[in-house]
Amino acid sequence: MGSPSPYLPGLATIMKIEEQTAMEKLFMVRPNDGKPLGHKPGQFVEVSVFGVGECPISVSSAPNKKTDFEICVRRAGNVTNALHNLKAGDVIGIRGPYGTHFPFEDLKGKDLLFVAGGLGIVPLRSFINYALERRRDYGRIIILFGARTPADRLFKAEIASLARRPDLEYLETVDVGDASWKGNVGVITTLFPKFTIDPKKTYAIMVGPPVMYRFAIAAARAKGLADDHIIVSLERKMKCGLGKCGHCQMGPVYVCQEGPVFNFAAIKNLEEALS
Amino acid sequence: MSLAIIEKEGLHLFVAELLRQKNTVVGVKDQSAVSSIPGDSGFYTYAPINSPGEMTLSFDVTLIPPKKYLLPAYEQLLTFNLSPGSIKADAPKEELIIFGVHPYDIIAINQMDKVFSAIPQDNHYLERRKRTTIIGIDPVKVAPRAFWSSMGADTVAGGFDLMLTDIGQCYVVDVGSKKGASLLKTAPRTREAAPAEVKERDKVRAEARKRCDANRLSFSYLELPSLLDGNEEHVIWEEKSHLCFSCGTCNLVCPTCYCFDVRDDVSIDLKKGSRYRTWDGCLLSDFARVAGGGNFRGHRADRYRHRFYRKGQFIYRRFGDIACVGCGRCSAQCPSDIADPVTVFNRLKEGI
Ligand SMILES: Cc1cc2nc3c(=O)[nH]c(=O)nc-3n(C[C@H](O)[C@H](O)[C@H](O)COP(=O)(O)OP(=O)(O)OC[C@H]3O[C@@H](n4cnc5c(N)ncnc54)[C@H](O)[C@@H]3O)c2cc1C
Ligand code: SF4
Ligand code: SF4
Ligand code: FES
Repeated sequence: MGSPSPYLPGLATIMKIEEQTAMEKLFMVRPNDGKPLGHKPGQFVEVSVFGVGECPISVSSAPNKKTDFEICVRRAGNVTNALHNLKAGDVIGIRGPYGTHFPFEDLKGKDLLFVAGGLGIVPLRSFINYALERRRDYGRIIILFGARTPADRLFKAEIASLARRPDLEYLETVDVGDASWKGNVGVITTLFPKFTIDPKKTYAIMVGPPVMYRFAIAAARAKGLADDHIIVSLERKMKCGLGKCGHCQMGPVYVCQEGPVFNFAAIKNLEEALS
Repeated sequence: MSLAIIEKEGLHLFVAELLRQKNTVVGVKDQSAVSSIPGDSGFYTYAPINSPGEMTLSFDVTLIPPKKYLLPAYEQLLTFNLSPGSIKADAPKEELIIFGVHPYDIIAINQMDKVFSAIPQDNHYLERRKRTTIIGIDPVKVAPRAFWSSMGADTVAGGFDLMLTDIGQCYVVDVGSKKGASLLKTAPRTREAAPAEVKERDKVRAEARKRCDANRLSFSYLELPSLLDGNEEHVIWEEKSHLCFSCGTCNLVCPTCYCFDVRDDVSIDLKKGSRYRTWDGCLLSDFARVAGGGNFRGHRADRYRHRFYRKGQFIYRRFGDIACVGCGRCSAQCPSDIADPVTVFNRLKEGI
C-alpha cells in the first residue's frame, strides 16, 4: 500500500501486571518503538491480542512524557480474557490514542466533581491524577466513587491515600455492603446530599455504566448544575475506532470520533445517547 | 468532454480487448439460465468473465451490489507472525474493471468513497478503489421493486470512468475520467456522437425513469431528513418489526451499507495469523452489544428503525448524502417484505 494502514497497531510490551480484583487487572504497557503514547485524559487505545482480536480500552494513567502507560482491564470476553492470561514481557498491539478527551484545559480554575461508577474510575483516574499533579490549577476537587461491593473497588491502595488528602473531598459507596464495610451503602446518587457545590463554578465529570447516567445526571441537575456543566464518557461497541465500521453509531454521531467524551448538553436530545 | 459512440459489434471487441489488458474484468451474468429450479426467475450477479459473450448488459438489478469488489465480504487487513514479533498491512494488488454498473450503484460507491476517505483515511479501501475501473451503463430494464427515479439516482454525474447508454443500434459513451478516456482509445469503431444520438440517449433515459416511476416516493427524497425528525416513536417501527427475523439480509444486499466487523484468524501453531474485516449489519441482534450483556439496540424495533434513520437522516447529517439509492434490493430480498423504504417513508409522510 502506498499509504500506511490505519489498522496497523504498533507493538508494545507488557511491563507489569497488577491484580486489582477478581475481574480486573492493571497493565503497565511500553510501546516497543520507545515513543510516548501522547494521550490526553479520557482517550482510549485499541488493544490487540494477536490471534484473538482487538478492543477499545481507556488509558488510565495521567498524560506524561514517559513511554509507559497504564490500562485497567475487566475480563469481559475474548480479547479481555486473553489479556488476563498474558504475563509481563508478552507483546500486544496498540493503536491510538483515539477519541475526544476530558476538557482538562478549559476546566482550569473550576471546581471538579468526579462521579465514577465501577469501571468508570479507569478513565477518570487519568484526569484525577493529572489534576492532582497540578493541584493549584483547579478549584475544589470532589470525587464520588461507587462500586458494586467492597471487593469490586478498584485501585484500593491509591484510593485510600486519595481519601486522606486534605486538598480534596472523597466520598464513596457500595451497592451491597459486607461485614467489613463501614461506609455508605446505596447507589452513587445517595452521596449527593452529603455535599454542597457552587453550580456556576463546578463541572461534573461522570463515567459509569449506562444506567448510572440518567440518575447521576438528575442528581447533578438537582444540585443546580447546567447541562453544559456535565461531561460524560460513553461506552459503545467499537470495532475500528476510526469512524468506519459503524458499530459505535449513535444517531448521526460516531462515539469513537465525536466521543467517547461528550458535553451532556450536546447529546441530550440524541435518541440513543443515554438508554 | 464530448460524448462518443461505440457500435454494437464494437463493444464485444472492446470487452475482448479489456480482457486481454487487465487481469480481472467483472461483468453481470444472468443466473436465471443456470438455475435448475423449475419456475425460478433467477437473478443477475457480478462475476469475473472470460469472454464478452458471458455477460449481459440488459439486466435490471443484481442480487448483490458491486460493493463486494470494493469492500469485500472478507478482506484481509493485516498479517502477523508472533515468533519474531512482526506485523504488516496487506495491500490489494489486483487491477479490476467492473463492467456494467447502474447509476444508482455508482452513487452508492461515491458515498462509500466519501466515508472511507474521511480522515483518518481507510487506505485499504482507497487503494482498492484506485485500482478499480468502473464502466457504467444506464438501465433499460427496471426491477419490479426499484425506485431510483425517486431518489435522484436515475443518472449520475461522476464516479465512473465510462458510462454507456444503449440507444438501440449503438452505445453512447460518456467519458468520466482520464482512465476512461485512454481505455476508450483501445475500443475499435468509436466515433463522436451526433446531436441526434445524444437526444436519443436522453429519450432512453427519460423512458426508463418513467417506468421506474411506477414505484415511487410520494414526496421529494430531500425531505427525508426532516420527515424523520420527530418520528422516532411512530407506531410503524414496532408494528413492522414484529415480522423482522433480524437476518440482516437488507444490510447485506444494500449498496450503501458498509458496516463491518474485524476478526482474527490464527494458524494451528498459534504463531502466524491475520486480521480481516467482514460485512456486518445493524439489523443483527449483536451489532451494538457490549461486554456485560448491555445492548444499545437490543430491541428489534430499535434496530429496524435505526436502518431507516441511517438511510434517510444519519448519513445525511454526517456526510450530506441520503443513504438509499432506490435499487429495491432490500425490498425484493427481505423474507418478510418489511424492508421497503418506499412503503415506510410514504407511510410516515401520510402521517398515519
Ligand atoms: C471508549 C471505551 C473505553 C473502554 N475502556 C475500558 C477500560 O478501560 N477497561 C475495560 O476493562 N473495558 C473498557 N471498555 C470496554 C471494553 O472495550 C470491552 O469490555 C471489550 O471490548 C470486550 O472485548 P472482548 O473481546 O473481551 O469481549 P467480546 O468477546 O467482544 O465480548 C464482549 C461481550 O459481548 C457480548 N457478546 C459478544 N458476542 C456475543 C454473542 N454472540 N452472544 C452473546 N453475547 C455476546 C458478551 O456480553 C460479552 O461479554 C471500554 C470501551 C470503550 C468503548
Ligand atoms: S435501502 Fe434498499 S433500496 Fe435503498 S439502497 Fe439499500 S437496498 Fe437499495
Ligand atoms: S427487515 Fe427483513 S431483511 Fe432486514 S433483518 Fe428484518 S427480516 Fe431480515
Ligand atoms: S468504532 Fe468503528 S465507527 Fe466507531
